[in-house]
Amino acid sequence: MIPELGHFALIVALLTALVQGILPMLGAAIREPRLMALARPAARAQFVLVALAFACLAWSFVANDFSVQNVATNSNSELPLHYRVAATWGSHEGSLLLWTLMLGGWSFAVTLFSKNLPAPMLARVISVMGLVSAGFLLFLLFTSNPFERLLPAAAEGRDLNPLLQDPGMVFHPPLLYMGYVGFSVAFSFAIAALLGGRLDATWARWSRPWTIVAWAFLTVGIALGSGWAYYTLGWGGWWFWDPVENASFMPWLTGTALIHSLAVTEKRGAFKSWTVLLAIIAFSLSLLGTFLVRSGVLTSVHAFATDPARGVFILAFLAIVIGGSLALFAYRAGKVGLGGTFALVSRASMLLANNVLLIVALASVLLGTLYPLFLDALNLGKISVGPPYFDTVFYPLMAPAAFLMGVGPLARWTRTPLPELAARLRWALGVAAATALVAPLLLGRWSLLVAFGLFLAFWIFATTVVNLRQRLLASPRRGVLGKLRANSASYYGMVLAHLGVGVFIIGVTLVKGYEVEKDVRLDVGESVALGGYDFKFVGVTPQPGPNYRALTGKVEVRKDGRLIETLAPEKRIYNASGQSMTIAAIDTGLLGDRYVSLGEPVSADATNIHGPWGVRIYLKPFVDWIWMGAFLMALGGFIAVSDRRYRLALKSRAARVFGDAVGHAGAD
Amino acid sequence: MRPYPRLACGLALGAFALVAAATKMDVPADAAFDTRIKTLESELRCLVCQNQTLADSNASLAEDLRREVRDLALSGKNDSEIRAYLVARYGDFVLYDPPLKRTTWLLWIGPFALLAGGGMLWWTILRRREHAGTSTQRTTDPDAEARGRALLDDNDEPPHTL
Amino acid sequence: MKTVRWSIPLALFVVLIAFLWVGLGRDPREVPSPLIGKPAPSFALPQIHGDKPLSSAELRGKVWLLNVWASWCVSCRVEHPLLLQLAKAGIVPVYGLDYKDKPDDARAWLAQNGDPYTASIVDQDGRVGIDYGVYGVPETFVIDRSGIVRYKQIGPLSVDSLQEKILPLVRELQK
Repeated sequence: MIPELGHFALIVALLTALVQGILPMLGAAIREPRLMALARPAARAQFVLVALAFACLAWSFVANDFSVQNVATNSNSELPLHYRVAATWGSHEGSLLLWTLMLGGWSFAVTLFSKNLPAPMLARVISVMGLVSAGFLLFLLFTSNPFERLLPAAAEGRDLNPLLQDPGMVFHPPLLYMGYVGFSVAFSFAIAALLGGRLDATWARWSRPWTIVAWAFLTVGIALGSGWAYYTLGWGGWWFWDPVENASFMPWLTGTALIHSLAVTEKRGAFKSWTVLLAIIAFSLSLLGTFLVRSGVLTSVHAFATDPARGVFILAFLAIVIGGSLALFAYRAGKVGLGGTFALVSRASMLLANNVLLIVALASVLLGTLYPLFLDALNLGKISVGPPYFDTVFYPLMAPAAFLMGVGPLARWTRTPLPELAARLRWALGVAAATALVAPLLLGRWSLLVAFGLFLAFWIFATTVVNLRQRLLASPRRGVLGKLRANSASYYGMVLAHLGVGVFIIGVTLVKGYEVEKDVRLDVGESVALGGYDFKFVGVTPQPGPNYRALTGKVEVRKDGRLIETLAPEKRIYNASGQSMTIAAIDTGLLGDRYVSLGEPVSADATNIHGPWGVRIYLKPFVDWIWMGAFLMALGGFIAVSDRRYRLALKSRAARVFGDAVGHAGAD
Repeated sequence: MRPYPRLACGLALGAFALVAAATKMDVPADAAFDTRIKTLESELRCLVCQNQTLADSNASLAEDLRREVRDLALSGKNDSEIRAYLVARYGDFVLYDPPLKRTTWLLWIGPFALLAGGGMLWWTILRRREHAGTSTQRTTDPDAEARGRALLDDNDEPPHTL
Repeated sequence: MKTVRWSIPLALFVVLIAFLWVGLGRDPREVPSPLIGKPAPSFALPQIHGDKPLSSAELRGKVWLLNVWASWCVSCRVEHPLLLQLAKAGIVPVYGLDYKDKPDDARAWLAQNGDPYTASIVDQDGRVGIDYGVYGVPETFVIDRSGIVRYKQIGPLSVDSLQEKILPLVRELQK
């Protein structure tokens, strides 16, 4: 009964989404207030209905209802509760429902935080989101129904893929989707602006907080995915340039460019058409990613089970949504006209350079991801494009962007005399160069790559210090605290996010530069030394788990003779599926991780678990800085959004009357 | 102002090329045999578990191919000979580092061409805006213009917030 | 004419969609063989039945199929009836490459399921398989009189693949 309720809710949600998608937009076109007023209630109702459907599916999982096909395929009664809930989005159908739920959620949020939006604008924004929702609901109902029944019901489920039975599964998809789907808001604003013919700085001001929040969630989602892969896959890798990873990274790159471009449009009224295009591209890449994962055109560890019908449907959906948006853009964008003026050396020009670099990086990742497909489609053979390509292409593109990160905030908006800028940067350059030259030696081995990476990171840190100092000195307020409070949350968000990038760069540079690995056969009681640490293999004992049998190893980690940690890497065999998993054991530290995983028993008798084993040991210096950096970036984003001007705009109803004045009067 | 853009471009291209080259050749030439094998294997694709490198895969074919790579290396073959051996049997698919040939020309040149194109676009846009700015004089009052300019050029956070 | 510039993203997108559409019909996991048109790698391996080893040189002068199989391979059972029919029809000799298998298991499997092979060679360590670019079982190669590889079937044989590709090719090569 519950599954049928969920199914019914989806059908009604589709109808509501169609109402939401068509009527308010029609109302905006013919200036009919009653139609426009349907936007908010329709969006809210749609969200409630999808949430109801989602709850029904989740309930089916929690209650072990194996008469639902999806539950029977992806769950098991021995599965712990939190994984039964996570299994709701562990399949193609379930994750698509999660997508739709998030879309509904973002629409709901727009209805809440939009009191200052003129009615036609809001109507158009909500309508566009409604149309996208309708597309997804159609897809769900016609090709991917999560409530499909399995009759007669299975006695037991096939179990959730062991790789997914992990806390990562609880957090990574929802947070990732929050970001992925969140770009639909910026997209809808862009389309609404093109439709309404109103493309100005105020539009940028409205879009910006939505974009930043989506971007921050996406940052966290990607970081979680990376961290999860790191400790789950058993060999300490954290980024593989896998097609599905790229599918999430490309919207992120675009989103980063968009945030910076919105800043210029909001403050100087420039780059309007370009910013609109970026907003369209960001969400288009989210949709493209959805296609790539579910259509079977690319091989990936993440790919869901594929079905040609689904691929065709999503492709058609892509063609309509993205093609339509770009056609609208082609038609309307040219009418906007040129924005402000600025010199070659100015903050605006550097933000433009930042955009160029990010978009070229994005295009390169897209090229590399799709190139095997291009060649195959043209019958020119089959190739593989992997990390060697992406690393070679990506890092040189990001290096100048990182460099500009230090220069941009110190430059004036429209023109900065070069000598003045150079004078401000001299000290930072010296600090960064000195660190780059000296630090690698202190860390063990000098390498050009490490030096370069550290140079960029410390360049960012040093220029941030210079910028902060300059602001505090220029402030007429009294006292350090007073001076600090004079700066907006928006500013501190930027500072924190940029610092996060620096931290991230340090993590990547040092791990790539100095990580070491040893793959050895160890007898019980035997030790091996690596990088100043001593690893003693104590043995392997069988241990039962909630829904698996484990062989748990014991490895003692010592430094200078003192025991600092006992690690327990595991090999698990899951009861329901019989699948095996290697679980690494990690001793996490601020300055690096010690990472151990079990290979296979290497006795003459392969089933003897009490003899010698193959053991893999890794030392990963500063690896956690990678994810710390990412979280700082996201935190910076959230702080920036908490800026007073957004809250003020929410509170003041009167501000709605002076809409445009609010947009232009504020000097920030 | 004139020499700076060219100097900047030159420096940028130089740094760019340096980083690209350094990324490719960061394994020192005298690295131990095992490290060399490991690096080689991590740039080869497992044909069974197609989303793992030859170094990481547990597939039986991967074990066999690792054994082949090791035997070839021990018999004195260098890295490109080992790669050629595998490509002769499995095609370019087995290389994660796509070889530079006529069909992959676009792949390898693309990013750099895009960067050059982007750079030129950036330059053109700025040139146009600079000229547009100087050709439209809104006011004939030099004081007002100076004050206006000062307001526009200032750092974006004035002493008071909104 | 300004619209031209703004239409570039749309134009690029249309090209992308075209590629993705074609891509839907392709299998990204399939690895085509680089041996097509090249000499079949030589081998000299023991046979399943009897002591005399079989070398590829002995097979010059005739068109033949090399079918890679194993007793542990599940999909091989799917194509086995077709192989038996093919052998009975006598159109082209089928030689088996018993890949990474124990000879005893292989003999037992053939005894149980029927033996369509003119002869079956044993490749226990998989080296010959690697030379042929084998990455999965079953696979089938068509080799001509001069020992050149003409076609590779990845995965089990099917009625379609036999009727539309393999048999016409064999007839052509046998002329």
